[in-house]
Amino acid sequence: MAEPMKIRARIEGDAADVKVLMGHPMETGQRKNEKGELVPLHFIQSVIATHNGKTVLDAQWSQAVARNPFLGFRVKGAKPGDKITVSWTDNTGDKGSVETTVAAS
Amino acid sequence: MNHLRRTLLKLAGAAGTLSLALGAGLLKSGSALAAVWNKAGFEAKATPDALKALGVSGAQSSKDIVITAPDIAENGAQVPVTVTSRIANTQSISIIADKNPFPLTSTFEFSNGAEGYVSTKLKMGQTSSVIAVVRADGKYYTASKEVKVTIGGCGG
Repeated sequence: MAEPMKIRARIEGDAADVKVLMGHPMETGQRKNEKGELVPLHFIQSVIATHNGKTVLDAQWSQAVARNPFLGFRVKGAKPGDKITVSWTDNTGDKGSVETTVAAS
Repeated sequence: MNHLRRTLLKLAGAAGTLSLALGAGLLKSGSALAAVWNKAGFEAKATPDALKALGVSGAQSSKDIVITAPDIAENGAQVPVTVTSRIANTQSISIIADKNPFPLTSTFEFSNGAEGYVSTKLKMGQTSSVIAVVRADGKYYTASKEVKVTIGGCGG
C-alpha cells in the first residue's frame, strides 16, 4: 500500500540537491488507535537512491524516523538531465519508488 | 487457484519467505541490493550497544561534523536533523538519539559521488543528545548536539 512520493532534484553548486518526501505511517508499535489497540510496527527499513543507475545512497532506518519521512541528500558531479531514483522497502515487504531528472539550478 | 494452495502461498509469502530473505541479507530495495538491516544496532537499548553493533571503535570527537537541529523541538514526532560531514572521504553517517528507547535511528552509506550530507526528520521521545557518527576512510568520528523536546514523539 504505497502512498505517493514527491521528489525534487536541482543543481546547487557542484552537486544535485535531492529532496524526497515519502508517504508512510512509520508506526513505532507503541501508538494506540481510537479503539485503544496497539497499532503494529510498520516502518520503512531500507532506502536506496541511484544516480544514472549507480547506487549513491544506501540507508537503513528504524521506526524512529518521522511519519511521512523526509530525506535530503546531495550527489556531487550530477548534471541536469541525470536520472535520480529513490526506492524504499518496509518491514512488511511493501515498497515504494520514485524517479526524477535533475533540474538545472 | 486451489483455495488451500492460495492460503499456503499467502502465509508463506507473508511470514516465512520474507523473514528468510531479510535474514539472508537478500532484501531488495528497488533494483539494487540493500545492505542487511542492522537488527542488533536498531534493537540496542543504549547508545554504547548501538555503537558496538555499528562496529564503531576509537571514535574521535570532530568539529568537522555539523549537526543542524532545533535547540528546542516543539514537536518530538518531527524533529528536523541535518548532518553535514566536512571530513574527506565520508563513507557513512549514523544518527543516534541518545535517550530514545532504541537510540539508533538511521544509518546512511554514501557512494558514487554522494556527499557526506543527510537531512531527515526524526522522532524523539524526550530531551536528548543527537549524536552523529561518521565513518571516513575506515575511521570513526562523532559530534553531538542537545535537542530539548517539549512534547515527546515516540508514541502512545
